[in-house]
Amino acid sequence: MVLVLALGDLHIPHRAPDLPAKFKSMLVPGKIQHIISPGNLCIKEVHDYLKSLCPDLHVTRGEYDEDLRYPESEQLKIGEFKLGICHGHQVIPWGDLDSLAMLQRQLDVDILITGHTHQFKAYKHEGGVIINPGSATGAYSSISYDINPSFVLMDIDGLRVVVYVYELIDGEVKVDKIDFKKPQTAA
Amino acid sequence: MQAPVQDAITVAEEQEKWLADAMALVQHHAFFMHRALDANNLRDALKFSAQMLSELRTSKLSPQKYYELYMRTFDELRKLEIFFKDETKRGRTNADLYELVQHAGNILPRLYLLCTVASVYIKSKEAPAKDILKDLVEMSRGVQHPVRGLFLRSYLSQISRDKLPDIGSEYEGRLVSLRNTYIKSGDAVSAKLLHCKFSRLQGPAREKERREKERRELRDLVGKNLHVLSQLEGVDLDMYKDVVLPRVLEQVVNCKDEIAQYYLMDCIIQVFPDDYHLQTLETLLGACPQLQPTVDVKTVMSQLMERLSNYAASSSEVLPDLLHVEAFAKLSSAVVKVIEAQPDMPLVGAVSLHVALLTFTLRVHVDRLDYVDQVLGACVKKLEGKGKVKDSKATKQIVALLSAPLEKYNDVVTVLRLTNYSKVMEHLDYETNKVMAVVIIQSIMKNNTSISSSEKVDALFELLKELIKDSEGAPSMDEIDEDDFMEEQNLVARLVHMLVNKDHEEMFKILTTARKHFGQGGPKRLKFTLPPLIFAALKLVRCLQGHDAGDEALVSPKKIFQFLHQTVEALSTVPAPELALRLYLQCAEAASDCSLEPVAYEFFTQAFLLYEEEIADSRAQVTAMQLIIGTLQRTYVFGVENRDTLTHKATGYSAKLLKKPDQCRAVYACSHLFWLEEDGGTQDGERVLLCLKRALRIANAAQQMSSVTRGSSGPLTLFVEILNKYLYYFEKGIPQVTSNLIQGLLELIGTELQSENTAQDRAVDAFFASTRRYIQFQKQKGDDLAERYSSIQVVSPP
Repeated sequence: MVLVLALGDLHIPHRAPDLPAKFKSMLVPGKIQHIISPGNLCIKEVHDYLKSLCPDLHVTRGEYDEDLRYPESEQLKIGEFKLGICHGHQVIPWGDLDSLAMLQRQLDVDILITGHTHQFKAYKHEGGVIINPGSATGAYSSISYDINPSFVLMDIDGLRVVVYVYELIDGEVKVDKIDFKKPQTAA
Repeated sequence: MQAPVQDAITVAEEQEKWLADAMALVQHHAFFMHRALDANNLRDALKFSAQMLSELRTSKLSPQKYYELYMRTFDELRKLEIFFKDETKRGRTNADLYELVQHAGNILPRLYLLCTVASVYIKSKEAPAKDILKDLVEMSRGVQHPVRGLFLRSYLSQISRDKLPDIGSEYEGRLVSLRNTYIKSGDAVSAKLLHCKFSRLQGPAREKERREKERRELRDLVGKNLHVLSQLEGVDLDMYKDVVLPRVLEQVVNCKDEIAQYYLMDCIIQVFPDDYHLQTLETLLGACPQLQPTVDVKTVMSQLMERLSNYAASSSEVLPDLLHVEAFAKLSSAVVKVIEAQPDMPLVGAVSLHVALLTFTLRVHVDRLDYVDQVLGACVKKLEGKGKVKDSKATKQIVALLSAPLEKYNDVVTVLRLTNYSKVMEHLDYETNKVMAVVIIQSIMKNNTSISSSEKVDALFELLKELIKDSEGAPSMDEIDEDDFMEEQNLVARLVHMLVNKDHEEMFKILTTARKHFGQGGPKRLKFTLPPLIFAALKLVRCLQGHDAGDEALVSPKKIFQFLHQTVEALSTVPAPELALRLYLQCAEAASDCSLEPVAYEFFTQAFLLYEEEIADSRAQVTAMQLIIGTLQRTYVFGVENRDTLTHKATGYSAKLLKKPDQCRAVYACSHLFWLEEDGGTQDGERVLLCLKRALRIANAAQQMSSVTRGSSGPLTLFVEILNKYLYYFEKGIPQVTSNLIQGLLELIGTELQSENTAQDRAVDAFFASTRRYIQFQKQKGDDLAERYSSIQVVSPP
């Protein structure tokens, strides 16, 4: 069982001072094997903090990220799953699931992690799964109103991934879970 | 006991010799005593111990030498005590022992032995402790010699320490008179001792360490005596107030020895109960200015204040007493007096006194902000005219002074009410001031304190001014470490999110006040401090959206957009054009959501102007176009003309991006500008197709260029992307995007992939394969969409 944390669009310090305290107390170093962030952290301190939780950190560039060296997109393999990361401001219309599905086909990945809209989404389609972990700080977005802070933890086990989404609603952390199974592909 | 100075050395040598002789004898007698103990021979043990104790009858030794002899003998007596205990287990009664030891010839050895037995006797409870002790105290009166008497009493107090009986009323009378005698004699002894011995302890520097050691041992002994004094019943408050304290203080002041004074003051404070101190506060404090200037009076006073604050914390009934004796007033005037009495006191001492007083005030009178402010004010007076304090120790104390209220109240807003706080802060040098400012911000962040009015913002930013703007004393920008600077400014940025108030008018005032302060920060700070303000303002706009407050209202979306416009403009002149462009687009979308067409148009104009004039880097241009197109695609507020102008600009710039692939992608992204999903949005299939066709042409040109320059056609990925776009619009039902077009493109790509000229590209193969899979999937779904897909044949590669 491999734990992958996906969180993005923190927008620290422009739109939020810090991660919510309740999230911070849950995120403990040493428990997570990989961290994936679609981007918009935005400063080095946040990068360093995430790195302290887990050294295997993958970040793609959001339009407000201070570090210009993050790639526009990235692909990696974890267990049986191919994952792709892209912030999503490059895909127009923003948040449009069909256009994101096109990106997924282009990257040839089973799971696409994306952001930009600050709204949690887990969308299963013919080509795979698109996951938007939302904004971990509940930052302001011109696209979405009334955002709750949220992030996603994926438990990858063989051909199965369980997606846990953590949302901070009225001061309490609520958890939901979604199951996905990857079909056995002929070689 | 006073010897002339020139004989001092001979006297010291003499003392050494006498002591050595006495110690040898003690050792000799102790050896035989041990032999007797091992043989269980009580009679011999007593005989030899009495001989050993006779050495203590000497008058020749000075007190410090006597002390050494005493300690040696003391160790031996411990062993004797253990033997006595074992004796009683073997059947000998304590009463027996008590009787036996009295056969010793001389009074001093006899008394020491009696005390030793008494230790065991009392523990056994065979007789009442009161009786035994009474007996002993009576008999001790017989030893009048100051030094011998002092040590004997010390031994007695040691063995009876935890066994002093409670006052039973029948005893009160008898015991009181006994105690009085004890006190008086003990008192006289200690007085004489202090007077003579400390003054004798001068001498050559190399002996200094030895002297210090002797001084310490001596004062330990006197301290112990005081300790016993304090534990005696019968020393009640009145006796303490009228007799004991004044006399002891008199001796302390007169002895003029700094180590002794310090230790004894400390003793007095630690040893006597708190309510005694409370009632004698003025007397006690009155001695402080009279102490030697080298005495660490601040520690003495802070120990006293700490005891009193612990006392106050121990129970709520104590507080009225503290108020009644006006503890605070007395302490603060004592501080003033001490500082006045010692004009040469270094700054660090004066400030630490204030720190101690502040600690007391915060513990005892935590609600009295006026007291706290008063203490700070007194410190300000002391610091007046000194400018920025350079001494690092004094600076540390000032920082302690400033940190104490922060830690106590955990609420910067309360601290802001202390009018003298900022004045104290002004005396910190530049670096320390910044450190303090950072501490203040961290306190706000940690405690989630809201700064909820523009006045509070003003007060707070006054404290933080070294962070927020350049002052005269500050080093120039080149000398400042960049990473540190960024960290500080990011911290200030985070602070902005704490400036909140649910009332919209007040919130707007807060924003404008903060903006005013940040505006003085200079170009390097603006790109850190202004963006959070802008997002805070956008959040406020959202709150007001939909409420029509009318033009008379103090705050409205329109007014906020004016504020936003000026603020983003300031950023573009920093220069920070990319950041400003993004923020203009944020404002544009927000204005569109508020249905303010001219405002939204203005923001888009500014964004385009920045793009044209300031953004030259090709990669930055690509992202900028993505953002412009993405935002424009979501805005519904524009009428036909405005929309056309903006769309035309967007597509024009898209086609002019430097690299062909970027051009291609931007152009097909523009296709979405002509197909808005929501009601009332433009849906122009012709223009969509035009964009897609243009994108295809660009892709073709890119292919040809690639084959000319590199000898092979470039990757076909652009074609596959455009194919996917065709599918997107096909599914939306745009009539202009026909299945023929799609079929044509499918075949084109298929052919190209198989051509020799094409470089192998796994990514493109995979992309094309997954696209074909998608089409197959759609065909098999069996719904209306599948119907439309039916005419499309998917060609599988060989």
